[in-house]
Amino acid sequence: MSDPALSISALRKVYAGGFEALRGIDLDVPEGDFFALLGPNGAGKSTTIGIVTSLVTKTSGRVRVFGTDLDRDPETVKSHIGLVPQEFNFNQFEPVVEVVVNQAGYYGVPRRQAYGRARQVLEQLDLWDRRDTVVRQLSGGMKRRLMIARALMHRPRLLILDEPTAGVDIEIRRSMWDFLSEINRQGTTIILTTHYLEEAESLCRHIAIINGGEIVERAAMRQLLRQLQLETFVLTVGGPLAGAPQIPGYAVQLLDEDTLEVSIPREQSINGLFAALTAQGIQVVSLRNKQNRLEQLFIGLVQNRRGAPA
Amino acid sequence: MRRRQRYWNAFRTILTKEVLRFTRIWMQTILPPAITTALYFIIFGTLIGGQIGEMDGFPYIDFIVPGLILMSVIANSYANVVSSFYSSKFQHYVEELLIAPVPNWIILAGFVAGGVARGLVVGIVVTGVSLLFTDLQIHSYAVTLLVFTLTSVLFATAGFINAVFANSFDDISIIPTFVLTPLTYLGGVFYSIRLLPEFWQQVSLANPVLYMINAFRYGLLGVTDIPLWMAFGIILVFIVGLLAYSLWLLQRGVGIKT
Repeated sequence: MSDPALSISALRKVYAGGFEALRGIDLDVPEGDFFALLGPNGAGKSTTIGIVTSLVTKTSGRVRVFGTDLDRDPETVKSHIGLVPQEFNFNQFEPVVEVVVNQAGYYGVPRRQAYGRARQVLEQLDLWDRRDTVVRQLSGGMKRRLMIARALMHRPRLLILDEPTAGVDIEIRRSMWDFLSEINRQGTTIILTTHYLEEAESLCRHIAIINGGEIVERAAMRQLLRQLQLETFVLTVGGPLAGAPQIPGYAVQLLDEDTLEVSIPREQSINGLFAALTAQGIQVVSLRNKQNRLEQLFIGLVQNRRGAPA
Repeated sequence: MRRRQRYWNAFRTILTKEVLRFTRIWMQTILPPAITTALYFIIFGTLIGGQIGEMDGFPYIDFIVPGLILMSVIANSYANVVSSFYSSKFQHYVEELLIAPVPNWIILAGFVAGGVARGLVVGIVVTGVSLLFTDLQIHSYAVTLLVFTLTSVLFATAGFINAVFANSFDDISIIPTFVLTPLTYLGGVFYSIRLLPEFWQQVSLANPVLYMINAFRYGLLGVTDIPLWMAFGIILVFIVGLLAYSLWLLQRGVGIKT
């Protein structure tokens, strides 16, 4: 069995002011996985990523990347990792092509070879036409794509993305999802943090939720979603309704004259709901989840940790 | 890829980036020292220098040439590294280097080499300007080049340390304004310390810039107030000390890691 792409054990970080950002977390990410690391702001996600990428000094614990210990051989560990950070961290006055070529150079890639790779990566991310534009003249979406291009220049085996689609419009976000899925299919292990939970749900196979410096959940995405006891849907119906229909086993609310909200327990089916509505002469025009399924679980887990009702 | 080759490529990348940076903004980096030096030559060399006569057996304008060249080298080697490394901290793109498998000594060597490169370019430009006013003679090419390079390395390293501790753009101008400029002006650029009273001669010996300017003056004119071995000794001690301190700061992540 191959070493995990990332293995973290008993990782602690106490900042200078005494704030304990990580309280001894353990985490394994299998090779080839598309892994989501989720948590509310200040939960410890960025600190974890910072330690793995050598931007933050850990207080104690162990980090291994593809079996190599970060303390023993940091250069090998660094050579395996590509990082797409949360904040833009470019030299704003440098042309796009220089940004990616220089990054390859820091990993030892000769300049001529780096220009070849730059063309390939920038074309994949629709930035080749902008190669001579200085970074500060790029749009937010282009800067996000440039950060991905830069992280891929040394062909890392593990790509860590810290909120890569923050502030990006839906069209670019979708194209970035396709791109990331493709490089994951080609064998790159990906760790993703995001506040768009539908992004994590549709892309990732495994998930860890971190809160207050501790891992509160670690599971396969499917397994986690199966924990959902109740799913709530919003239905648009064909004609105006005077009141909410009574359907045994389902909690139905009338939101307005042609919109219903229905909570369906896990043991019930949507088919049963449709059958009951049809029997009462109500036609369903459209159906959508009221809340992303992962979002529902996430809120529950985070609130449990805070001691509030789920 | 072999480790040595990887390091060499990383070093070349940092150096190339640094050279591209200061040549891209040549109107801010290369032109001003040329104009300033020309003004020094016109005012102190031609106008006032004519009244002064000779110093250490040379026309005054010839006497100040080595000091003016080295003054530009010192200021520009320092300025290049302090502004470049601080900008990389300020805009966070220093992280590009910190996450890459580049050892700290390569990072330091790359930035220092960038500072030396700017010092070299400015030094050549300023020397070119001085040729408009004097017939420059070189007494010892070896001493001239050695002092030039070592001084450049020393002040580039000092600029790096300043950048590590700087938290604002004000912090990168405090040392050049309040420390570097006075030390350079009082380091014998415009006079021989033999003109000073005994007490102030002894005080001047505490100024490290004095040793560099005198060694450089020896390289160009063949005269110096300080024994050459002592000048090189002082310069080397400073270089070793500053490099060691810089590496320690990088190792500890001071100013760049949390």
